[in-house]
Amino acid sequence: MTEPLKRPKRKDPLKRTQQPLYPQSVRSRTAHGLTKAAAEGRFELQTCDDCSTVFYPPRDACPNCLSDRVPFRPVDDNGKLIADTTIRTSTDPYFRERTPWRVGLTKLDAGPVILSHLHGDVLEGQRVRLALKLDKGGAPVMIALPEKDTPNMADDPHLREMTCDPKFRRVLITDGRTPVGQAMAKAFSDAGANIVFVGIADPWKPFPGQDELKKIERVEIVALDVTDSESVTEQAEQNGGRIDIVINTAEHIRAGGIMQRHGVTVAREEMDVRYFGLMRLAQAFGPAMRGRGADGVNSATAFVNLLSVHALMNWPQYGAYSAAEAASLSAAQCLRAELRSGGVRVMNVFFGPLDTEWFQTVPPPKVTPAALAKAVVQALQHGLEDVFVGDIAEDIRARLAANPKALERELAG
Amino acid sequence: MVSNPASDLLGFARRVASGSIKVVDLTQTLTQEFPTIVLPPEFGQAAPFRLEEISRYDERGPAWYWNNFTVSEHAGTHFDAPIHWISGKDLPNNAVDTIDPRKFIAPANVVDCSAESAANADFELTVPFLEAWEKEHGRIGAGEWVLLRTDWSKKPYSEYAGMRDDGAHTPGPVPEAVKWLVEERDVHGFGTETIGTDHGQGHHFNPPFPAHFYMHGKGRFGLQCLTNLDQLPPKGAVIFSAPLKIKQGSGSPLRVLALVEAA
Repeated sequence: MTEPLKRPKRKDPLKRTQQPLYPQSVRSRTAHGLTKAAAEGRFELQTCDDCSTVFYPPRDACPNCLSDRVPFRPVDDNGKLIADTTIRTSTDPYFRERTPWRVGLTKLDAGPVILSHLHGDVLEGQRVRLALKLDKGGAPVMIALPEKDTPNMADDPHLREMTCDPKFRRVLITDGRTPVGQAMAKAFSDAGANIVFVGIADPWKPFPGQDELKKIERVEIVALDVTDSESVTEQAEQNGGRIDIVINTAEHIRAGGIMQRHGVTVAREEMDVRYFGLMRLAQAFGPAMRGRGADGVNSATAFVNLLSVHALMNWPQYGAYSAAEAASLSAAQCLRAELRSGGVRVMNVFFGPLDTEWFQTVPPPKVTPAALAKAVVQALQHGLEDVFVGDIAEDIRARLAANPKALERELAG
Repeated sequence: MVSNPASDLLGFARRVASGSIKVVDLTQTLTQEFPTIVLPPEFGQAAPFRLEEISRYDERGPAWYWNNFTVSEHAGTHFDAPIHWISGKDLPNNAVDTIDPRKFIAPANVVDCSAESAANADFELTVPFLEAWEKEHGRIGAGEWVLLRTDWSKKPYSEYAGMRDDGAHTPGPVPEAVKWLVEERDVHGFGTETIGTDHGQGHHFNPPFPAHFYMHGKGRFGLQCLTNLDQLPPKGAVIFSAPLKIKQGSGSPLRVLALVEAA
């Protein structure tokens, strides 16, 4: 049974902060099929279209029939741990400071035998589930998990290296004025975050939910306006050194396309909140987070961007909004590369229309703020990188994979 | 003795330098945090003041510090030109770049409503109130500013903006009072310490936003977000208020200075 994580003690200020490292992360282009599955939380292996052989590690041809039709497909993740061993020393700097480290061989019911990391609750000879995860460097790895969930299993130190669990971590929610920001505050408080900092811009403007927000346990209201560089810098100066997870909830949602929008005033606001806002947060909070990627139990671990799924394909009814979301997504991809060396994950969460006032006229299905918040917490607990929440987002993801041009035409109405 | 206009002007400059004419700064510092007017979110919004460094003795410019700033024409202490309102849209010389620059210097009447406003955030400036003020301080002259002292500039921002779920609660004039100032007193313009020249609930008046509607309809000006009005005498101060020369600008943030005889 996993020893439950203890609330971390306050740091000894005389001790040097451990610098972040990550395991060797070079993968072949083909092997990034695993990266994609791990990023989205699926268990996929290459499956031969011609002879149905499931195989691992990734290859460009089927080891059974030499077919080159070998796509990654969801496969059964169940198997049996047939051998395990404990590594006591390593030449790899990342593992060297984390030994002893157990690894083992799992014989999957689907066929292949796979060498993977081991959760502390699995023993040789037991039935296990293999999970694809991203390691500290964002590379896909496997870990054998107990067949059934065990108490405190998320607290396993090996598994926690591959997840961004908010438990005992300090979270910054950048905008608490919105229903989404408030739902996030509640969800992260419930998930055991140590402090939930919630940014409020223009505190002289009252907002719905203000009183309830202040009552949430461990919520601390702080001054933060992502459209104001000085405000972002000042907040980072105050709390940037102890923020482990940033959830950027700053949103700007207005209907309307490109041509029939009268002028660019609103578009500038959209870009200011969604693109420049992200850039300001990245510049102010990113460097300190990257430096704290290995800072103990409550190390800096994730920067979460909430994005319209229409960042991936424009929805002309909300066309200018989609364009700003696309800019934000592109910036988030850049930030992902920049934070990678610190072992800090950038998680992009895509969703369709929200069940909030700015999508009032849009028919369901819509994503409620509470559902979105729950999905974000779960995705961090699982250590995902790309998350699709709700039917619309899932549908658009599938249609983009099948035929992006058809999707473009259909969204055009 | 015949007065020499040139020496009067130089004498004025000497009196400013010596302090026998006091310069009172009626301007709020342009900061990011200062409240800006809020419209219902589906309308276009006035951008608040924002500052971005170009360089600060660093790799972006090793020996110099400078900023870009962005701001709407109607943020911070600012001037309203007649073109700002639909009632003044067709007047000649109605924009900040075409207003006769002589109009940027004018005397001021400072109407103290600070006690009434402290007691009632919805204080309404009425004709009888102005008539009573005139009895005490003298008639409001043609071509003179009327500045409303409410001490609102001393409030914390949340009280300053006075936003509640039924709109802003800040003092201001009723329609009859503005009409009276324009038609019966031929004033130069109307200035306030609050976010706008109008009452916080001014959109419920008839006409809505009377300080905008009547003042700008007759080519008069507005000043808002003023401060330090408590340092001015009821009469006798001269206001210098030259907005930026923005092409067809509807207003602009500006430095507002009052010249006052030192006591």
